Amino acid sequence: MREIKVPVTRIEGHGLITVELNRAGKVSRARFHVTEGRGFERFCQGRTVWEMPAITARTCGICPVSHLLCSAKAGDAILAVHPPRAADKLRRLMNCGQYIQSHALSFFHLSSPDLLLGWDSAPAQRNVFGLASTNPQLALDGIRLRAFGQEIIAALGEQRIHPAWAVPGGVRSPLSPEARDRLAAKLPEAMRIATDALSLYEGGIAQWGDEIASFGDFPSLFMALVGPDGAWEHHDGRIRLVDADRKIVADGLDPARYLEYIGEAVEGWSYLKFPYFQERGYPDGLYRVGPLARLNCCDQIGTPLADAALARFRAAAGGKAVTSSFHYHWARLIEIVAALERTKIYFDDPEILSSRVRAEAGINEREGVGVHEAPRGTLFHHYAVDEHGVIEKVNLIVSTGHNNLAMNRTVTQIAHRYLDGQKITEGLLNRMEGGIRAYDPCLSCSVHAVGQMPLKVVLLGPDGDVLDAVVRTA
Amino acid sequence: MINLRIDDTPVQARPGQTILTAACEAGIRIPTLCHVEALTPVGACRLCLVEIRNWNGRLVPACATPAQEGLDVVAHSDKLTALRRTILELLFAERNHICAFCVSNGHCELQDLATELGMDHVTFPYRFPSLPVDASHPKFGLDHNRCVLCGRCVRACSEVEGACTWGFSGRGVETRVEADLGDPWGASRTCTACGKCVQACPVGALFEKGKATAEQVKRPEILAEVTERRPRA
Repeated sequence: MREIKVPVTRIEGHGLITVELNRAGKVSRARFHVTEGRGFERFCQGRTVWEMPAITARTCGICPVSHLLCSAKAGDAILAVHPPRAADKLRRLMNCGQYIQSHALSFFHLSSPDLLLGWDSAPAQRNVFGLASTNPQLALDGIRLRAFGQEIIAALGEQRIHPAWAVPGGVRSPLSPEARDRLAAKLPEAMRIATDALSLYEGGIAQWGDEIASFGDFPSLFMALVGPDGAWEHHDGRIRLVDADRKIVADGLDPARYLEYIGEAVEGWSYLKFPYFQERGYPDGLYRVGPLARLNCCDQIGTPLADAALARFRAAAGGKAVTSSFHYHWARLIEIVAALERTKIYFDDPEILSSRVRAEAGINEREGVGVHEAPRGTLFHHYAVDEHGVIEKVNLIVSTGHNNLAMNRTVTQIAHRYLDGQKITEGLLNRMEGGIRAYDPCLSCSVHAVGQMPLKVVLLGPDGDVLDAVVRTA
Repeated sequence: MINLRIDDTPVQARPGQTILTAACEAGIRIPTLCHVEALTPVGACRLCLVEIRNWNGRLVPACATPAQEGLDVVAHSDKLTALRRTILELLFAERNHICAFCVSNGHCELQDLATELGMDHVTFPYRFPSLPVDASHPKFGLDHNRCVLCGRCVRACSEVEGACTWGFSGRGVETRVEADLGDPWGASRTCTACGKCVQACPVGALFEKGKATAEQVKRPEILAEVTERRPRA
């Protein structure tokens, strides 16, 4: 066995890609390894359920809001309460802010340099600084849009990162009219930036044909939460799975019973588990989650600009599911527009200022599951507590985990297409990273692991000897 | 009146007052942790250590030492700051104080002291003991991870409420605050659920159940408010 190892940068966490060659020198398989473990599921044991949102938010600095909201929902289930209507709207508003800031970071800061400066451009230029020198308006726009999302989060939770604001039963504090008015005044500019970026992407699709066809373009299942009428959903609802033809494979699944339909396989070469749809077995039960899956699963988004963009997105695949993971970027931009439109609806709703935002209760259930759509995909928090609310067991399934099998398929496809000979070229390295980056993975979250993320790529020959290795530090 | 000097400032005290009270009335701040007004001073935490120049530089706890005629007290010096910071570091190293998700984050006397004394890191190895959380009481919880063994809960319970629920078990680093000789708090037959211990606790060790991160604000001053209204014996 010969193997190539590729480091992955501009994503959240640490990763490694190995590419294995057969005797004929052709790619036999490529694997994406997550090389750290953290142990949140263990050290949360013994803490109280009321602390869990703040503890699990510390999993990550990019998606703390997702863990916060999901954990609060698991807490709602253990308290057996429904949060007051205003609290539900406020949580959703914060999640809109999270989608805006996280998707803006992924597109503008991390991925747009590849798309706009070219996959083979010099690595020293292919970053947000290179972007700022060639397209300063776009770079500034990206920073402003992300800041707007963060401002929504800070207006509710007092801080941009790790707000300890959502709690079992609701949220801690309401939204002030001043904060609402201040943010509402900035909405038109944010919408202008989002729609400009969407047009830019849609205009560029023709020139990325080769990458679109090889960055994880394969039929698979897609999984997401959808609302009661099949609408796009980001905080509640039921699980739907569709196939590559957008035929519904399963619908109305109760998220609390995820163990009945999601299996988790473990491989010795990665700290990240491999979830799969049980009905199809492992690894055929591969499914994708996140922006691409949410748009493939939903019937409509429910707001005009986003629905118009969704129609163009659907038309690109002839009404079937969009199967190239390259288009995660497209889906992400559509979701920014959707989140901004929803934000406007919440700002126009007088109930968003209600001060009745928290239901108080004791421990009424011994187990609770929270489900939530993080920017990167479906997130599950499952807790078991003792009769006093002290945590006995924690299971977290995070978005990046769901996409693990798909990311491995993607790097294999890219290696097949772009590896020529036994050298890791800059173009191959960057495309492999780009293939992973399309999923906007958060490895810190996925293995509940700490740290920066340099990525390493190693090329191994048929006998396991290292032919080439490249390490890229973050 | 008694005449003494604190940090080279002439200070007057009434008979029976401690050095700490005299300093406080003269506007001189001395850091404290186990001390709270209305409870018997015990000198347990040693943060209020002061140096008495005319007692050969002896170190005494200001909270438990009566003001005496002619004392020449040093309340602030580099040596005292180093000592106080070491005591704080030992407190932090002894148990698991994780401010990030503590109920008392932002309203914690231990955290405030660390800021006041410039303790920006701990030089001792952390012990990381494995300690339980007792959430058995319907209204309150006890997290041993955050306890500094100041004994304010024990004194508030016996001296103000009169229930004597709390006591200490074990010795040295194994010391624990315990309800009714080691019962879970929720099973205590003496606890009146008055919550004075929770208000007395300077950190997040005792907390009101249902409070999330940074939500627990304590009011130790209620102990003095309660006792001042009582008829004198």
